[in-house]
Amino acid sequence: MSKKTGREGLKLPVLERLERLDRRYIFIAIFIAVIVPLIFPIWLPVRVSPEVQGLYDSVEKLPPGSVVYFAADFDPGSMAELRPMMISTLRHLFRRDIKVIGACLWPAGPPLLEEGFGIVAEGEYGKKYGIDFVNLGFKEGREAVMVQLGKSFHSVYPADYYGKPVSEIPIMKNAYNFDNTAMIVNISAGYPGTKEWIQQVKSRFHITIGAGCTAVSAPEFYPYVQSGQLVGLMGGLAGAAEYEKLIGNPADATKGMDAQSLGHVVILIFVILGNIIYFAGGGSKKTGRVKAS
Amino acid sequence: MLVNTVAAFLTLAVFSFLYRDNPVYKFAEYLFVGVATGYILSLEYQNVFKPNLWTPLVHGQYSLIIVFILGVLMFTRFSKQYAWLSRWAIALMVGAFSGLAIIGAAQGDLVAQIQANMVPFWGGSVGKTIENVLLIVGLISSLWYFFFSKEHKGVSGGIAKLGIWFLMISFGASFGFTVMSRISLLIGRLQFLFHDWLPIIK
Repeated sequence: MSKKTGREGLKLPVLERLERLDRRYIFIAIFIAVIVPLIFPIWLPVRVSPEVQGLYDSVEKLPPGSVVYFAADFDPGSMAELRPMMISTLRHLFRRDIKVIGACLWPAGPPLLEEGFGIVAEGEYGKKYGIDFVNLGFKEGREAVMVQLGKSFHSVYPADYYGKPVSEIPIMKNAYNFDNTAMIVNISAGYPGTKEWIQQVKSRFHITIGAGCTAVSAPEFYPYVQSGQLVGLMGGLAGAAEYEKLIGNPADATKGMDAQSLGHVVILIFVILGNIIYFAGGGSKKTGRVKAS
Repeated sequence: MLVNTVAAFLTLAVFSFLYRDNPVYKFAEYLFVGVATGYILSLEYQNVFKPNLWTPLVHGQYSLIIVFILGVLMFTRFSKQYAWLSRWAIALMVGAFSGLAIIGAAQGDLVAQIQANMVPFWGGSVGKTIENVLLIVGLISSLWYFFFSKEHKGVSGGIAKLGIWFLMISFGASFGFTVMSRISLLIGRLQFLFHDWLPIIK
């Protein structure tokens, strides 16, 4: 004997069974949809959006030897999306012989930035620490730090991540503030991040800013691209995959896109099924729900 | 390998919540909270308190004593009798950050975004024109829904309803991006489990 669900409208036993489907079956379906393409990649095509193209073009326009401030404002919680962005943008910057000043406003950020520099700058391009790039580490103070950086890098970061005085670091000898910086590339997982860089730095110091952010926060930042406050934006894993395509180096994000797409297909199927069950049951009128008066 | 195994165990412990709440999940949760708190505390001490306040203070920058006292006053929150003293430090922080936030929001958001929304109906091409018209209509109708207290009836009601449609589309887009983010996190963990820990994936 089947349990009464309170939804008298459902005539088909299949739909009735689906309505009472244990959510753990949905988790299993999503797990399978994600893991299978990771093991057997199908290499779905990646289409580059104008926002990601904008960021790529801005980096392309920078003359070799110019200095970029790389704000890695994220932590391991959002590594899945933001690490591929960091790796791709660093690859692009170092390939073009651009000098990178890296720093973080998130306490757990510096080791991630250090790993990125290790893989890309030292491992792939043979760049020298202190000459071609520097990791200034973490600084507490959020918006206050951003504003202060516009006046002096040296007063905000008297020493780098390893404790070496910045006055002794060659790359920092001609880089005092945003006046000597060609662009800010911000990889952001939340607050403080892209929004604060735009509000506090773009409006005050009129420097070019390009960003990469988690998919959750991407819709919030698209208006900034439209207004020209951001030259480009990578949103989530899809944005990272697009950048990997542009630099001709498909990596972690591109591999993840198959799983991302199939995962979404499964979610879409469940959403459509849910709607069919809802409407087959006669909508909200027959569900026995209490309506707010 | 040992580090990866510990990380894999903790990942699986967190995933076990999908089956149901259980002690293994709780262990991972409490461990994370404890480790994160300890990490942040030591980081703040080493990177903030020591280089910015303590070291300069003991080396003769005595003006920082004011900052030090204000910091100590924050701890009076733990005493019912003296909790009011912490308001001095909080007032200073709220004032400073409000000042920064207001200037930033006004210059970076309000003025720039209003400017960006002042677009001509004719954008030079059919595609751009459609984009501009959608932007203008969407902006006005959404603002109409939120800000005008006039009863939503007749023409006013129609504009408000149109605003609701634009808002629903934007919420839908936000939800889609949120789902994408969550799936990305799952992909990241599975890549760790099946690539870094068990080398099944190339």
